[in-house]
Amino acid sequence: MTPLNFVLVGVGGQGILLASDLLCQAGMAVGYDVKKTDVHGMAQRGGSVVSHVRLADRVYSPMVPTGAADFLLGFEKLEACRSAGQLRCGGVAVVSDEAIPTLPLAAPSMRYPDDAALYGVLRARAAELTVVPAALFAARLGNPRVANLVLLGGLSRHLDIPPSAWERAIAERVPARFRDINLRAFALGRQASSP
Amino acid sequence: MTTRHLLLGNEALGLGAYVGGATVGTGYPGTPSTEILECFARNPGVYAEWSPNEKVALEVGLGAAQAGARTIVTMKHVGLNVAADPFFAAAYVGVKGGLVVVSADDPGMHSSQGEQDNRNYAKFAKVPLLEPSDSQECLDMMRLALELSEQFDIPVLLRTTGRISHSKSLVEVPETTSPRGSDVTPPRLSFTRRPEKYVMLPGYARQRRVSLEERLVRLREYAESTPLNRVEWGNSHLGIISGSIAYQYAREVFPQASHLKLGMSYPLPARLVLDFARHVDRLVIVEELDPFLEEQIRALPGLPAIPFHGKGVFPSIGELSSEVVARAAVAHGLIAADSVSAALCPEDPGRGGTTPPLQVPTLPPRPPLLCPGCGHRATFYVLRQLMRAAKDEGLVVTGDIGCYTLGALRPLQAMDTCTCMGASIGQAIGIEKAGAVNKVVAVIGDSTFYHSGITGLVDVVTSGAASTVVILDNSTTAMTGGNPNPGTGTGIAGRPARRIELETLCRGLGIQDVQVVDAYNIGEIDANVTRALASPEPSVIIVRAPCALQHRGPRPLVSRVEPERCTGCWTCLMTACPAIVREGGKAVILEERCTGCRVCNQVCTEEAILLLEREGAKP
Repeated sequence: MTPLNFVLVGVGGQGILLASDLLCQAGMAVGYDVKKTDVHGMAQRGGSVVSHVRLADRVYSPMVPTGAADFLLGFEKLEACRSAGQLRCGGVAVVSDEAIPTLPLAAPSMRYPDDAALYGVLRARAAELTVVPAALFAARLGNPRVANLVLLGGLSRHLDIPPSAWERAIAERVPARFRDINLRAFALGRQASSP
Repeated sequence: MTTRHLLLGNEALGLGAYVGGATVGTGYPGTPSTEILECFARNPGVYAEWSPNEKVALEVGLGAAQAGARTIVTMKHVGLNVAADPFFAAAYVGVKGGLVVVSADDPGMHSSQGEQDNRNYAKFAKVPLLEPSDSQECLDMMRLALELSEQFDIPVLLRTTGRISHSKSLVEVPETTSPRGSDVTPPRLSFTRRPEKYVMLPGYARQRRVSLEERLVRLREYAESTPLNRVEWGNSHLGIISGSIAYQYAREVFPQASHLKLGMSYPLPARLVLDFARHVDRLVIVEELDPFLEEQIRALPGLPAIPFHGKGVFPSIGELSSEVVARAAVAHGLIAADSVSAALCPEDPGRGGTTPPLQVPTLPPRPPLLCPGCGHRATFYVLRQLMRAAKDEGLVVTGDIGCYTLGALRPLQAMDTCTCMGASIGQAIGIEKAGAVNKVVAVIGDSTFYHSGITGLVDVVTSGAASTVVILDNSTTAMTGGNPNPGTGTGIAGRPARRIELETLCRGLGIQDVQVVDAYNIGEIDANVTRALASPEPSVIIVRAPCALQHRGPRPLVSRVEPERCTGCWTCLMTACPAIVREGGKAVILEERCTGCRVCNQVCTEEAILLLEREGAKP
């Protein structure tokens, strides 16, 4: 099976680790060996979060080499831009348009960059950039916390993994009372990101 | 029968302990080790505790093992420094039930003050060392380690790294639901009196010293034949010796080479290594951090005179990765550039890569921060103001280990030292007793105080120091995910536990001036610290508020900036609150982040920040 490398980036609290778990489980369901690795520790205090996922017949290292990611999934656009170099030339970036402000006095002279700058960097590397209004969709569904599933749905249309495998992963991993809204968020993201 | 699951290395270790028959688990939380004990504690019929510190955890574990229970004790790498005293002694006295000490090391220092290589502890204390390289091996090696410990009457050191503990991979999980731990009738355990084994008076200790060497000889024989150490033959040009996560990198970078994988890396299987070396043209040791294997292998008598590479090629600082290993191997001519998969170094044209490095502009950093509503914020704001008022080096803040170490960063910058668990108090005494002109405040979290601060406070009393100690009390071990501590009133996995009250404890130690202060009241914190600094008597100020991450339920209040009153002086930004941003020259508070903690309201000199009832909040 084609080996696939994913880098998922965002900010602590955005549900990135759940998304990377679901990606692993969907990959398992279609017969891949799977490894993922996360940056934990101090990152959970509102810092950047990075998760690597690798699918192949046999995976050794859980880490994706720099510039070798086939897919970059950005849950926050500044973080997506910061990690643009993780993507290989010709890779695909699926990025939420959500902007989470940085702390002004951590770097007083720096402002949050505008969209043209952020997306420009991503386009310099990605063959395809899909910007998903994930937060808006999630808010429409009534729960801002499911933006992660919207974005995962956007990624899913690039992958040869049937919807049933994703749905099963969501059903297994998400608590029952949030299952339906997560399934709907995933479906909305998948549908909205179609070409 | 087994089922396949995607598990963290740490989850697999906790599960492995349970299916391996462990009935007791102890530890102190610390990244990257914390999840091991949490997973173990969820199982029926086991006893688990977060101990006050790693030394106590290992002593409880040793007692349990001497009574006959299979036991695990978990900690991060620096935790084993704290537990080193019982660790060395445990090797002498040995066990009855299996005892496995798990050390989760942190190469790269993602969440630690240092990156010591704890494999050295195995050699130092003369105990066997097991090193898994993925989650499946975490489960398998934990089970085996419990057996080995019993078989050889010695604690086993099981060492992971953050990359193994915090990576997920597929694990075949045995479906057995009745390991020894949950049998209908638990085994009847008893401590058997054996003073010559368990009482380390010099006369007995000398006998156990000899016994330890005898046990090591038997372990060395075991290491030669255990399937944990295996050769995977490839070509004979390169012979790679590795273990732990470095094995995964080595397999990826040298797919054609022969590999000797050491799952049990101490005692070193000398014959196996020598035999491997005789069948290859060139020996390469791939290991993270110290040259632990390299130094032992270089010293082996009879090692063939073939080219030998180790730390001369690969870095000893920080984490390795496939990329790092590949680049180093090419740079030192171990492999031809064109033999490295382009996928490993895509940005390297010399290695077949076609991706030019991407120039990403400098972006605003997103460092870890104290959360909105964090009870530590106001204290550091006050300390910063006092430092500025005292000018130059007048006021020193000795700090400690926890979320609150973030108080050292911009813009709070109100911490001058951070060394190890509990050091803030001792260092404060030392600065005072040296005769330094500075005033000193020691700042320590509640969990760190229970861990290692109590003895420091004893010294404050007995030394006659005038120390001012601030205990930031959020009633949890927040940094590692909100684990209970002696002040919480519950134990691991919701077990009932009695609570130790900090103020009673401090008074009992002999501190007469103990104050409890609201963590969000800037004036009260300021007044208490200022008064304590002027006092010749030692003082403890307990600054109390529950951890903002533990808060459940609605937040009825919210702060809002009145734009017409805001002058853009940015005093509010000096609190380092992630809820406050700049927009068009004015401060703006993001309502969804604001907890209504009212710290910013108090610092605003223009009275431009209002505290309001949140819209939609129930009256």
